[in-house]
Formats: sequence, C-alpha cells, structure tokens
Amino acid sequence: MKLRIDILRQKSPESKPYRQIIELNCDNDETTISSLLNTINSSNLKDIDSNDVGEIKWDCNCLQKKCGACAMVINGRPRLACDTKLSEFKNGKITLEPLKKFPTVCDLVVDRTPMFENLKNLNVWLEDNSELKPKKTELAYEASRCIQCGCCLEVCPNFSVDAGFFGASATVPVSRIISELNKTKGYDVLKNYRKNIYNGCGKSLSCMNICPVGIDIQNLMVNSNAVSVWKRKN
Amino acid sequence: MTVNIVGAGLAGLSCAYTLAEKGVKCNLISLQPSERAQSVMAEGGINASLNTMGENDTVAEHFFDTMNGAVDLADPNAVLGLCKNAPKLVEMLDKLGVPFSKNGIGIIQRNFGGQKKKRTAFVKSSTGKIVMTALIDAVRRYENEKIVTRYSHHKFERLIIENGECRGLTARDTYNDELISFCGAVVLCTGGMNGLFEGLTTGTVNNTSDVTATVFEQGVKLSNLEFLQYHPTTVGIQQKRLLISEAARGEGARLFVNRNGSLWYFMEEKYPEMGNLMPRDVVSAEIVKVTDMPECENTAYLDMTPISKDVWKNRLSDLKEQCIHYLSVNPEKTPLPISPGIHYFMGGIYVDENHMTSLNGLFAAGECACQYHGANRLGGNSLLGALYGGKIAGESAGKINAEFTTDFIAEKSPDKKVSPELSKEICKILGESLKILRNENDLKTAEDKLKSLLNKDLNSLEKSRVNLALATVMCALNRKESRGAHKRVDYPDTDKNFQKTTIVSFVNGKIEISYREIPKLRDKNEIEN
Repeated sequence: MKLRIDILRQKSPESKPYRQIIELNCDNDETTISSLLNTINSSNLKDIDSNDVGEIKWDCNCLQKKCGACAMVINGRPRLACDTKLSEFKNGKITLEPLKKFPTVCDLVVDRTPMFENLKNLNVWLEDNSELKPKKTELAYEASRCIQCGCCLEVCPNFSVDAGFFGASATVPVSRIISELNKTKGYDVLKNYRKNIYNGCGKSLSCMNICPVGIDIQNLMVNSNAVSVWKRKN
Repeated sequence: MTVNIVGAGLAGLSCAYTLAEKGVKCNLISLQPSERAQSVMAEGGINASLNTMGENDTVAEHFFDTMNGAVDLADPNAVLGLCKNAPKLVEMLDKLGVPFSKNGIGIIQRNFGGQKKKRTAFVKSSTGKIVMTALIDAVRRYENEKIVTRYSHHKFERLIIENGECRGLTARDTYNDELISFCGAVVLCTGGMNGLFEGLTTGTVNNTSDVTATVFEQGVKLSNLEFLQYHPTTVGIQQKRLLISEAARGEGARLFVNRNGSLWYFMEEKYPEMGNLMPRDVVSAEIVKVTDMPECENTAYLDMTPISKDVWKNRLSDLKEQCIHYLSVNPEKTPLPISPGIHYFMGGIYVDENHMTSLNGLFAAGECACQYHGANRLGGNSLLGALYGGKIAGESAGKINAEFTTDFIAEKSPDKKVSPELSKEICKILGESLKILRNENDLKTAEDKLKSLLNKDLNSLEKSRVNLALATVMCALNRKESRGAHKRVDYPDTDKNFQKTTIVSFVNGKIEISYREIPKLRDKNEIEN
C-alpha cells in the first residue's frame, strides 16, 4: 500500500505551522498510526520535496488505548493514533494534525493543561467518604473510565480553553463524584456542575460516538443533572 | 520544605496522598499526567485478605502465599507489613469511591495465581484504571489547596548529591527545554525497566529505565535485576505485547497444547491442586517446556470459552473488547494462541523496609523499587505493592524532611536521548539471553556484546542504558541456581546458599555484584496477630 502522509508540523509554540508530505510504502494495512509514526521516526526519511523529515514529536505511552496520550486529528477526526489502522484509509491518503483546541507545543504535541485545570476548577474530588449505592456502581465505573485524551473537546462547538464550559472531558469525571454523593446540596461540585457543565452544554451531542473508549456521556449527564439540577438523590 | 516525588503513577500518587494528608508539601514531577501512567493498565485486581468469600482467609495466608511465590527471597518484615495493611488500604479505596462489586458481606474477590483463596478485589478487568481515577481525584483536592504541586511534563535529569546525601533533583520541562532544580528529599516512583526490552513488554513506552540507569551511575545500589517476570499469557501486537489478564484463568480459562492430535491441559495434569493458577514463573516455564516437546505443537492456547456470559459482562468486559479489537478473536468462542511476555521487574532500586535506598535522602517505591516480590511476584500484589510502598516511602520521606538546602544551580545542557538503533540492539541482546530458561553461554555472549557496545561513541544517557543492561546480565550470570523467575538450565536446582538479595553497585566506573542476607522475621507471633 502506497501512503501519502500529510503532517501539520510546528517547531515551537511560537513558530509558524507548516505542512510536510511524506510518501512511503507499507505492506500491512493492520499497521496503526502509532506504529507508522514510530517507523517514520526510526528511519531517516525525506519528504516529497527532498527535505529531511527528522523526528516528528508526538505523545504516546500505552499503545493500547488505555492512556489517552496519542490523541490527534487523523483525517479530520480526533482519535487515538494507537487505535487507528491503515486499513481504514483505502486510498492511502492520511492527514495528521495536532488537536486544535489546545496550544501546540511542537508537531503533534499539544498542551492539555487547561483540561486538567478545569477538573480542579470544578472541584472533581469527594469531600466526604463515598456513599456509592449498589444501583449506581455501574455508573460510577463508567464515569471512572475517562482517559482525558481530549477528543471530545475537539468536536464540541461550546468548548474552548478560555470559555466557562468545561466539556465532556470534565462532565465524565465529575459524574463519578456526583454519583457517589448522598446529598443534593452543600457541595461546591454540584454548584460548579450547574455553572460549568449544565448551563454551558448546547446539547449539540457532537461528542457522541467520538470517545475512543466508548463512554456513554449522555447517560452520565442524566444522573448528574438529576442530582445537581433537579435535586433527586442518588 | 517539600518532598519531591518523581513519577505520578499509583506509587507516586499514594506517596503524595500520604504526605498531603499529613500536611507535608510535595512536588509531583512526571513526564506525563497520572492518567497516562502504566498503573492504568493493571487489570486483574488488588490482593487483600478481606475474607468476604466465606473461605476463612487470613493475613497469615496472604503472607505465606506471597513468600512462597517469592521463593523466600522477599524481606519477610516488609511483606508482613504489606499483607497486614492490605485490608485497610482496600477499605481506603472503597471510601475514596472505587466502585467495587459487593456481596452481603463486603467487596467481592476473585481467584488469582499462586493463591489458594479468593483474595483479589477487582473492578471488572480495569482495576488499575479505576483505582487510579479515585486516587487522582483524591490528590486533586490537595492540588487545589496547594499542598501538592504538579509538574506534569517534566523529565527527570539527575539527582543532586552533596556530602553523600541526596539533596534534590533536576528535571527538564519538555515543553520549553528549561532545567529546574527541586530541593528536598526525593522519592522515585518511576516504574519498571521496559526500555531495556523495547517492544517485548506489556508495559508502557515511557518507562524507559533511564531514571534507574542514571541513579545507578550516580552510586545508588540496585538489586535482584535478574528477576524478570514473564507473564504466561500475552500476545504480540504492534510495538508491544498485549496482556491477557490472569483474571481470565481466575474466572475459569484453561491452558492447553495440542499433543498428538488431542488437547492436553498440561497445567491441570501436572499441578492438580492449583492447575492454571500456579504462580506465573511456573506457568511460563511450563509453556516453554511443553511447546518444545516433539509430540506437541509449538503453540499453547488459552481457552476462555468456559467463562460464562455473565462473567464476561460483569467482570471481564474490557478484556473481551481488547481481544476483539486488537486480535480479531472473540474469546467467548475461540481459544487464543498465547505465549509468555515480559510483564514486571521484581528487581530494581534497592530499598530497605522503610523504602529508603542506599543513598540518604532518596527513597523509591512501586515497580522501580525492589521490594515485596522476591524471585516472583504474585498477580494482584503489584497494585498493592505500589499503593503500600508509596505510602511507606511517603511516611519515611516526611520524617527525614529536615532543613535540606542546596546551592545547586542546574547548568543548561542539551536533552539527551537513546537512539532507536541502540535501544533495538540492547533489546536484541537481552531478549536472546534473559529468556525464561537461561544458560551461561547466552549470558556470557550478551555480557561480551554489551561490553563492546560501551566502546562505541555513545552519549552519557546511552552509556547509562548499556551499563544497566550489563548489570542485569551480570546479575543473571552470577546467580548460579534456579529460583522463581530466574531459571538456569545449567543450574536447575534452588540453592539455599543463594537465598540472598543480589546487590549491584557502580563503583569507579565498574559494576560490582555482592549478596546480602534476607532479613529474619522479627517476631513470628506477629503473623498470627
């Protein structure tokens, strides 16, 4: 399979992004994008204009969609590189870009600090011991699975790093906290949820079916809204 | 004064949480945020004798199973602390909101390897991930109170050592290349040495072994490097090995090999009492032996078809999804071809019972440290070891955290990397010698090749990596016996003269090996109390 890989690169946060196109052959269409990047980085390749490619910077760690590090925009869709196989791109044309909602550090590496700061701003922690009821165990499990990759934020029309709406990457973890409370009042996290999640979500549902680990975000929101907005106890 | 924790996986988080609860400030310095740590990949569960399954389980049995699994090479006082505290730690996780499944008595537990009783608490087959979420949230509260400060894109560079004491460390901000000095006691929680075996382990890419390699060259002693755990059931996927959790066998999966046209459930026949759930070192060695027999096919299979639909849904859902996604095999219907793969490093930075290293002011916990697991770790004891070890290291570091000062100013220097070619070469040399069944010839060849690599034009980080690889091979060469995960075909018996901890030091540019007696259990009555 002949591949034409178009990568949006950037040397530093301040420098201008530029496109680099690499052509190479790959026999195995089960190859993942993470494996492809690894191959490119361990070969001394030239691009189609005969410039050196050098090391393409990207984040990765687990290589099996458990850590969320390798999120990037692949052919226009935010996904994990380790979860994307070449077989999906029959014409061999692949575009790799960094997530655009966050500042670029270099190449495909972005600074996702604002996503983690929002969890702090939202008070995503339990102030008292968990009061998890058996009927909410499954829900708390589902909400604990978020890998903080940021794919859901990329497609969200309401999220930006400086907006008051924190997006699905905050909605999911905070739902774990809310599902384990025994009261519907008296916790800042409930107030913050109303302000930074409930009021800001435009219900576009653009985040549905984007989550690489398949979290049912809407189902979690049903419970979080019930407790924090409609004051129904878990 | 502040304690500096390097690594934000389970051990690092546990250390930070312990210190923060006491109001001690700490820096949590890691290359990536906690969500990316290898701890999120732990699947099967965490051991604690909660005795919720009507089997009269006790701390004593957990202790003896762990010591037996370790083939008597673990510090019994440390292991006893581990097992005694396990129920309290799992209770803590429950209070922090880990959604364990429960029966009328308490948290439901499953069978796991090397243990006769159901002792492994779990959250489906994603225990590590779910435990990490709860601890990340618990630590976040202290981040908000400015007791814990995170540095989440920072790479460890070197320890600051003055007057024979660790006074802090330098780290590089990978976003702007700036070097930062952190002053105070240091706790290393930097994970296993996957980078020595690039592509051959079930773990993560960023556990490169470079922190261990660097501090080794700075004079910190390492121990038991020869004890690598090969997990019996892994499958090669792109760039790594995919783990098929021991939980599968805990829930009824069976290993077989095709012998003369019929299925041979070799573990069940050879080990009638524990069968497929023998300790990992035993199962991995048996897989190698049976697949080498002329009457057997050279592939062993894990048959997960006996597992009920209910168990798949409620206890192993992630495992099933992984098999389908990465292997295109539905494990409910088809047995899976498997082979052993490197999964855990029992050896690492030498620590005493209080998790103090050989260097004053430096502590280590989690997989980077050598503690609790001896010659072979039991499944379910790694999450426990990281959680408990992090706690003890935090308590110890908090105590000595006196007025450390240093005038050290980090000098700007270029970031160093190990080249992909060298990494591959080291991996090839080690992969061919540190096999499940080892012999002197292979190990000597590896030693020679690594020594000649040192003569090449290498940067300082590359030299450290080669030295760590060489130290590992030398540990394996020097231990002329078979014990746990270290199986020598030329020395097949366990030798009581080797019931000692291997200590490896870097002195004046040379690697030296010595042995240290295993501490005696202080008070035998302690086990029953």
